[in-house]
Amino acid sequence: MEGVESQIAEWRAYVACGPGVNGHDVDELEDHLRHQIAELSAAGLTADEGFLIAVKRLGDVDGLSREFAREHSGRLWKQLVLSGDDESARVASGWLEAFVFATGAAVAIQVARLAAGFPDEEPNWLARNATLFVLPFLAAYFARRRQLDPRQWLVTATPFVLAALVVNVYPWGVDSDTEALVILSLPVALWFVASYPYMGGTIRSHERRMDFVRFTGEWFIYYVLIALGGGVLMGLTAAILEPAGVDVEEIAAWVLPSGAAGAVVVAAWLVESKQRVVENMAPVLTMLFTPLFAVMLTCAAVVYAVTGLGGAFDRELVSVLDALLVVVLALVLYGMSAREPSTSSPGWMDGIQLVAVLSALVLDLMVLGAMIARIGDVGFTPNRTAVLGLNLVLLVNLAGAAWLSARFLTRRSTLHRLERWQTTYLPVFALFAASVVVVLPPLFAFE
Amino acid sequence: MHIDKDLVAASATPLVLAILAEGESYGYAILKRVRALSEGELEWTDGMLYPLLHRLQRLGYVTTEWRTPPEGRRRKYYAITDEGRAALADQQQQWVTVTRALNDVWPGSGAVLTALGEV
Repeated sequence: MEGVESQIAEWRAYVACGPGVNGHDVDELEDHLRHQIAELSAAGLTADEGFLIAVKRLGDVDGLSREFAREHSGRLWKQLVLSGDDESARVASGWLEAFVFATGAAVAIQVARLAAGFPDEEPNWLARNATLFVLPFLAAYFARRRQLDPRQWLVTATPFVLAALVVNVYPWGVDSDTEALVILSLPVALWFVASYPYMGGTIRSHERRMDFVRFTGEWFIYYVLIALGGGVLMGLTAAILEPAGVDVEEIAAWVLPSGAAGAVVVAAWLVESKQRVVENMAPVLTMLFTPLFAVMLTCAAVVYAVTGLGGAFDRELVSVLDALLVVVLALVLYGMSAREPSTSSPGWMDGIQLVAVLSALVLDLMVLGAMIARIGDVGFTPNRTAVLGLNLVLLVNLAGAAWLSARFLTRRSTLHRLERWQTTYLPVFALFAASVVVVLPPLFAFE
Repeated sequence: MHIDKDLVAASATPLVLAILAEGESYGYAILKRVRALSEGELEWTDGMLYPLLHRLQRLGYVTTEWRTPPEGRRRKYYAITDEGRAALADQQQQWVTVTRALNDVWPGSGAVLTALGEV
């Protein structure tokens, strides 16, 4: 019998290595294995023979772990980009690719900067086009990595071409509000465009959409880290070179745009290849910040429910509140995507998330009320229309999320439904951002 | 008789849900029940049952609980939920429709429907 025990232990260790299989799964499989062995032994086989037959019946480990991985794609993504232990090997091979595209983005933005004469001059076309010099490289990086076919390359490229046409052909007015809105919305719209190559063209898959949400959150974390490191480096460089009479601002004008553009691709590469690092960090960050934001939002909701949004319409306040709502939504979405898929019963974090979502909903309703009153008084402008639209888009999302997570908490619905709601809703955000870029300016005569 | 792989896969969900509708159970017992029901004709790779069960759990069709029976090892029990029952009813409808259609084009093979208790 001892021989069998060590064989089972070996088998266990081997199965546990498979992608998508976690400790509980192995426990469950081992229980099955032992049952089968016991039954075969009762039928007269030796324990060794029983073990062989039982393992054979369970199926080959690769196929099995593939099935597990398909079901638990949230776990699988750890292995999608790195196969098992050879993390260093994969990192080394993907490095050059990322470097080429990052350099491409860095050079493109530098050429644009020189053409515009930035920072001495600040032409609007540079601001309008800035993301168009960067995000195509990110999209191309993914398109290459995911080995898209020519048709998919074309689908990826088309929105970029259209966006370039729109922002450069539209006859923008002087000090145009719609132009400012386009500068804000275009990066969001193009980011969603980059989701197409990221998902390898399978944009209908809800699991892949969730992966893209997770990617976005982790990319953001890496980007902030790179920016912090870059800031320290620049600060030290300035401190060292300034006494020697070097014009540090001139250097910064060269380094900063290229660094910022290149870091977009580098951060994406880091998310893909150094998954394990951020994987340990990201859930901790959401665990930390979701409760803090929930408290802050509840306070804000209570304060503004008591005082009202102020008699005088405060433009600054509305934009701050909207930014806050977007951050909360991002946090909730990311928290959902980083969740361990097998924990399907509600926990305290889900309660806190619901509090955050409900407070956000209250704030959103107040902003909407103020916006509608304002529009009733003085009519539509591009800014008010965009803010109204954004708040409506957020309202529907938050209301749906609040309803479904309340049902989930009372165990009348599943987490799956909630996730589906969010992944189904993602295109709405993309369409909204795109319509601000494409439809809103002509509506308001490019004012 | 060899049953086609796709057919085995398609019938797995309703079969497992139906077995759980009889009462809560665990992996090995479910497989034994499948063998008994199909008289050994449905050949499953044992391990594949577990990803399937996990999928049903994610969809909210079953709930799970780890329990340790008085004598023996810790074991994961699965129980069907109301949603699971609804899904099962839906699946039953689909299978009845399919078998009825097959029955109509295979004259003289009324056995298909008889087996489903639907004459």
